[in-house]
Amino acid sequence: MRGSGPESDIVISSRIRLARNLAEFPFIRRCTPEDRQSIEKMVHGRLQAIPGFKTLYYLRVDELAHVDRQFLTERQLISREHAEAEGARSVAIDNDERLSVMINEEDHLRIQVMKSGLDLHSAWQQINEVDDQIESKLSYAFHERLGYLTACPTNVGTGMRVSVMLHLPALVITNQIEKVFRSLQKINLAVRGLYGEGSQAMGDFYQISNQITLGKSEEELIDQVSGVVPMIIEYERKARDFLITQNREDLHDKISRAYGILCTAQTISSEETMHLLSSVRMGVNLGLIDDLAISDINKLFVETQPAHLQKLRGNELDTAGRNIERALYLRRYLQDRGKEHRDERN
Amino acid sequence: MKCQQCEKPATFHITELTGEKPHELHLCEQCAQSYLTQNPSGGMPIQPSLAGMLHHQLKVADTAKELAKLDEQVCPICGISFFEFRNQGRLGCPHDYTCFGSELDPLIVNIHGDTQHAGKNPKHHQQSSQDQTRLIQLHNDMKTAVEKEDYERASQIRDEIRKIEEGQS
Ligand SMILES: [Zn+2]
Ligand SMILES: [Zn+2]
Repeated sequence: MRGSGPESDIVISSRIRLARNLAEFPFIRRCTPEDRQSIEKMVHGRLQAIPGFKTLYYLRVDELAHVDRQFLTERQLISREHAEAEGARSVAIDNDERLSVMINEEDHLRIQVMKSGLDLHSAWQQINEVDDQIESKLSYAFHERLGYLTACPTNVGTGMRVSVMLHLPALVITNQIEKVFRSLQKINLAVRGLYGEGSQAMGDFYQISNQITLGKSEEELIDQVSGVVPMIIEYERKARDFLITQNREDLHDKISRAYGILCTAQTISSEETMHLLSSVRMGVNLGLIDDLAISDINKLFVETQPAHLQKLRGNELDTAGRNIERALYLRRYLQDRGKEHRDERN
Repeated sequence: MKCQQCEKPATFHITELTGEKPHELHLCEQCAQSYLTQNPSGGMPIQPSLAGMLHHQLKVADTAKELAKLDEQVCPICGISFFEFRNQGRLGCPHDYTCFGSELDPLIVNIHGDTQHAGKNPKHHQQSSQDQTRLIQLHNDMKTAVEKEDYERASQIRDEIRKIEEGQS
């Protein structure tokens, strides 16, 4: 994400996903390999017949190399499940990587629209149109009472998952994060941490999404999520103010050291990178670091992930190799940006 | 992704936030259920435990014998048994919502607190559930006809599918 959009100091991205199934096939888990082939072929063909879909590019995920599937996962264009699944499956992606349509994920279709910052309403506007266009070419499994039918009953009804990704470092430092989560769970919202390789925590990022998909309209579900976000933003800003007024030197020191390590490390793990980038990101927001922009940090979060590094290097790397490549990439990037900023000032 | 405690696919991703730092668990429904009952305050389910809910609901409602009978129920369209659904937490085809309806509806109420869709409807191709079931059957017949190289039958079926898809049935 570009680091733009409303409230982008704290809200990284807004995402809406719709689960849809074709009326004339069993759900994916019950499909034969031939069924999966037919679904892929049929959906792909019908999508290409939609005027606005001509410019999308289509990838047969099952024919991609492991590193390419991982690359798409790191860019959030396909889910981890889609990358690791079996059988004929594909994804259609638009040029600016905002829209992606997974074919043969857990449901026959998983449509996703992503926006920078807090922008659920425009995400809904876009995905709703895309859904209408697709539905003019395909017949969806739809039940008069239960709405859109999905492989898992937790998605039935609207089939919609609305989520926002938040960066909440100050709430983590001040130990208030759990309190926020508990209050969200009470109103049926799910919270999950963002994780990288293995199951290690990744730099204070949290995703909030709706748990219920049936009995409320799409707009109501969106309002519920977008309604609580401003409150969380306010808590996070208050916690940042508190940290700055209570202990500016300590905070500045912590952030500067994080920046220093990123600029000079010779080998660095993905986990440590995320952790340090999280500190630096907050430092940029608070004006404690001025030679980087939020868009730089967001870019580094994405590009220091394993598949990105391997694509950059052009060959496979083991963990140790990746850690060296990551450190090299960070040093070069940060030194270049630092120099540009110094030149601008002089 | 496999369950961290057994060989089944991990369908539950639990973020544990009570420790020094959060960590994530990837578990199948059964292992997630036992994990969550062992850690009632700490566990943070991402989605309600389907298997757990069903288990609870069925225990209240049925005797062991009735439960065994229920488990044997099979969807005539896709062939999934209720036991398989209970075990995997994923349905086999759209018709399951109808044929397992009396067991599914209470589960759906548990998850969503409602059983009535209130969102958008498809604008085109609005078919009844029966038509949709019929479509799955026709596709099956089509496969058989093609396998038997009975192309006349296959083209009849294709016409019938088209009719339903175009809403002229
Ligand atoms: Zn397990
Ligand atoms: Zn079925």
